[in-house]
Amino acid sequence: MAALTPISRKPMSLVLPTVAAAGGLLGLFVGTANDSGFLGIVIGAAIVTALAALYIFALKNEQMSKWISILIFLALGFFVGGIPAAILGALAGWFFHWFTYWMYEGRYRQRLLPYLTPSQVLWHYGFRVICGAIFVFLITPILVVIPLSFNSQDFFTYTPEMLRFDPAGYSLKHYQDFFTNNEWQRSFKNSLIIAPIATVISVSLGTLAAIGLSQSHVPGRRAIMAIMISPMIVPLIISATGMFFFYSSIGNWMEGTLGLSKNFVGYVKVVLAHAVLGIPFVIITVTATLVGFDRSLTRAAANMGANPVTTFFRVQMPLILPGVISGGLFAFITSFDEVVVVLFVGSASQKTLPWQMFTGLREQISPTILAVATILVVISIALLTTVELLRRRSERLRGMSPG
Amino acid sequence: MKFTKLTALAVTTALVAPAAIAQEMTIVSWGGAYTKSQKNAYHDPYSAKSGVTIINDDSSAEAVAKLRAMNEAGNVTWDVVDVVAADAIRLCDEGLAMEIDPDTMLAPAPDGTSAADDFGDLLVSDCFIPQIVYSTTFGYRTDLVGDTAPTSVCAVFDTDAYPGKRSLEKRPINNMEWALICDGVAKDDVYDVLATPEGQDKALAKLDTIKDDVIWWSAGADTPQLLADGEIVMGSTYNGRLFSVIEEQKQPVAMLWDAQVFDLDGWIIPAGLSDERKKQALDYIMFATDTQRLADQAKWISYGPARASSAPLVGKHAELGIDMAPHMPTDPNNAQNTFLYNYEFWADYRDDIDGKFQAWLAK
Repeated sequence: MAALTPISRKPMSLVLPTVAAAGGLLGLFVGTANDSGFLGIVIGAAIVTALAALYIFALKNEQMSKWISILIFLALGFFVGGIPAAILGALAGWFFHWFTYWMYEGRYRQRLLPYLTPSQVLWHYGFRVICGAIFVFLITPILVVIPLSFNSQDFFTYTPEMLRFDPAGYSLKHYQDFFTNNEWQRSFKNSLIIAPIATVISVSLGTLAAIGLSQSHVPGRRAIMAIMISPMIVPLIISATGMFFFYSSIGNWMEGTLGLSKNFVGYVKVVLAHAVLGIPFVIITVTATLVGFDRSLTRAAANMGANPVTTFFRVQMPLILPGVISGGLFAFITSFDEVVVVLFVGSASQKTLPWQMFTGLREQISPTILAVATILVVISIALLTTVELLRRRSERLRGMSPG
Repeated sequence: MKFTKLTALAVTTALVAPAAIAQEMTIVSWGGAYTKSQKNAYHDPYSAKSGVTIINDDSSAEAVAKLRAMNEAGNVTWDVVDVVAADAIRLCDEGLAMEIDPDTMLAPAPDGTSAADDFGDLLVSDCFIPQIVYSTTFGYRTDLVGDTAPTSVCAVFDTDAYPGKRSLEKRPINNMEWALICDGVAKDDVYDVLATPEGQDKALAKLDTIKDDVIWWSAGADTPQLLADGEIVMGSTYNGRLFSVIEEQKQPVAMLWDAQVFDLDGWIIPAGLSDERKKQALDYIMFATDTQRLADQAKWISYGPARASSAPLVGKHAELGIDMAPHMPTDPNNAQNTFLYNYEFWADYRDDIDGKFQAWLAK
C-alpha cells in the first residue's frame, strides 16, 4: 500500500460536475427503462447535483446526510418501481453520498502516491471502472437467467409479481418439468453418456499425440500438429457438414456390414465426432505442459530398467497430469456444450442437452431452458471448484507450492 | 489374460445389448404445444397399442433441407415427418417423400366413406396426408389497444390508432396479401395484383409505412413471448399458439380472426426407407390419421381436424374443460373473413417475391 497522502477539500468546480456525471449515468438507465434516456440523464444529474450541494453547503454533517440521502433515494425508487426499486434506490443513495464526500474531501487521493498527476489519478480510477464494467458485462447475462428460471409463468418475462417479490410470482415448476419430462431427461442422459466417453478418447489420443509431437526426431511434426488442431480453427459448421457425410457412410457400413444396431451406431458417430473436436484442446494443453518436462527423467527411468510404458505411467504422467486434466476439462465442456455437430451427425435418439435447449428456444420459449441453464451453471462451478481443490491438495501432498 | 477376456465380454455385451431394445420410430414435428398434442393424441396411444417407442425430433422447420442431405448421404433417420402442405408438395416433386394411396393406406371414416372423400380437397399432394387446418392470424394485447379493440386486420397498418410495435413473420407470405387488402385491393384480386411487379411494389410500399414498428419473427413461439412481455401491441402467429397464450397462460390477449389465412399441415413418409421401417411408418399413419385420432388432437390444441368426419367429434379441452369448437379457425364465427393460402401462386412466385422482400428488409 502506498504511503498515506495528505488530502485536502476539492473545489466545487471539480466536485459538482463529476457527481453530476455519475448521477446522469444512473439517470440514463432509469430513463431508458421509462422511455426517455435523455430526460433521465438531465433529471438524474440535476437531482444528484442538488443533493450534493445540499450536503456540503447546508447540512455539513456527514452521518446525517448519509441517512437523508439513503431515505430520499429509497423514496424515489419506491415511487418509480415499487419495493425492488426502493432497495436499489437505497443502495444508490448510499453510493452517491459516499461518492460526493469521496470527491469533496479529496479522499480519492488518500491511497495513491503523492506525486501522481491528476491525469494519472483519473486513469487509475478509470482503469478500475473499465475492469468493473467488463466484469459486469460478462457476468450479468448469466445472473439474469437465474431468477427468471423461478418464474411461475411460461415466458421469459420478469412479471410484476416477481418484481414485487410476491411468492405467487415464483415457482419451481420449471425444475420439476426438467426432472420429470422425458425429453429433457433423455437428452440429459445422452449428454452424460456422450461427453465422458468422448473426453476419455480425446484425452488418450490427444496426450499420446502431444508426447509424440514433442519428440524432436518426428518428421514433419509442425505440419502434423497443424492438421491435428485444425478442427479448432475450421468453422464448426464446415466440420459439421463434412462429418455428416463422412460419418453417414461409416454408419451405413457399420449397420449394413457389421450388423450393429442403429441406435448404437448413432452414439458411436456422435462420440467420435466430439472426440475429434476435443483432441486439439488436449494437444495444446499437454504440449504446453511438456515444455517444462525434463527429458532426462525418462532416460533415468530407462537406465533403471523401466520399459517405456512403465516410464510413461509412473514418471511422465504424474508430472504432466495438470495439463492432461485441464485438457480433459476443455474436451468435456466442448462435447457437453456442442450443438452444431450433434445436430448434423446425431439422430433424435442421440439428442443432447444443448440440442434440446436449442430446439426448445426456437419452438417453445420455455423457462425450463433457464432452469437447465441454472443447474448447469451450478454444476460447472462445483466441477471447477472440485478440480482446483484436488489440484491444490495433491500439490500440498507432494510438497509443492500452489501456483 | 483374464483382463482381456473380460474386456472382450464387456465389448460384446455393449454391442449386442442395444439391438435387443424394442423397436423405435423417429417422428419429426414442430415442437412445443403442437408436439405435445400429437404425443397425447397419437404417440402415446400408438405406443401402448404396438409397443413401439416414439422419439420426437423437433426439426420440421428445416425438414426439406435435412431430408435432402439425408437422402444424398443415403442415411435417412426419420420415419414420419410433419410438414406444411407447401413443403410436402416440394418434397413430393423432388422424390424425397413416398407417394400415398389413400384408399389402401389410410383408414376409411367410421360410416364407410373412403379416406379420399373424407379428406376431400385437402389432399393437395400425392405424398401428403393432411392432419390439421391451422390459420395464421393476429393476436393483440387487450390492455394496450385503448378503448376500441381492433376488428379488422388493417389495424396492423394503422399506427395512429394503435401505436406500438407489431410482429410479423420474416417472409413475404401472408404479409404481402394483408398489405394489399389494407391498401384497398379486393380480396378476390389479391393474387392477380401480386403477380405483377407493380403489385409487389405496392404491397411492399404499404409494408414500408409500418416497417419501423415491426419486429420480425421466425419461430412460432416468438409472438407469444413478445405479447406476454407487452413488447408488442399485436402480432401474427399460428392460431394454436395464441389459444395457448390466452386460455392456458391467461395472458391479456385476444384474437383478431379477421383475414386469417388457412393452411394445412400433415404427414409425409420419407422416400428410401427399408421395407421394415416403411411398414412401421404406414402402420403408424393408418392409426394416427383415423377419424377419432384427428378429433382427439383437437382436445389439446385449437387446430381443426382435416377429416370432415372428425369435426362433429371435437369436444372439450382435455385439461381446461372448455369447448374447443369456438376456438377452431374453421368455426363460422371466426371464419367470417378468411383467406386460403394459394399453393400454386406461391409455388410459382415464391423465389421472385422472396428475393424482393429480403432486399426490401435489408434496405
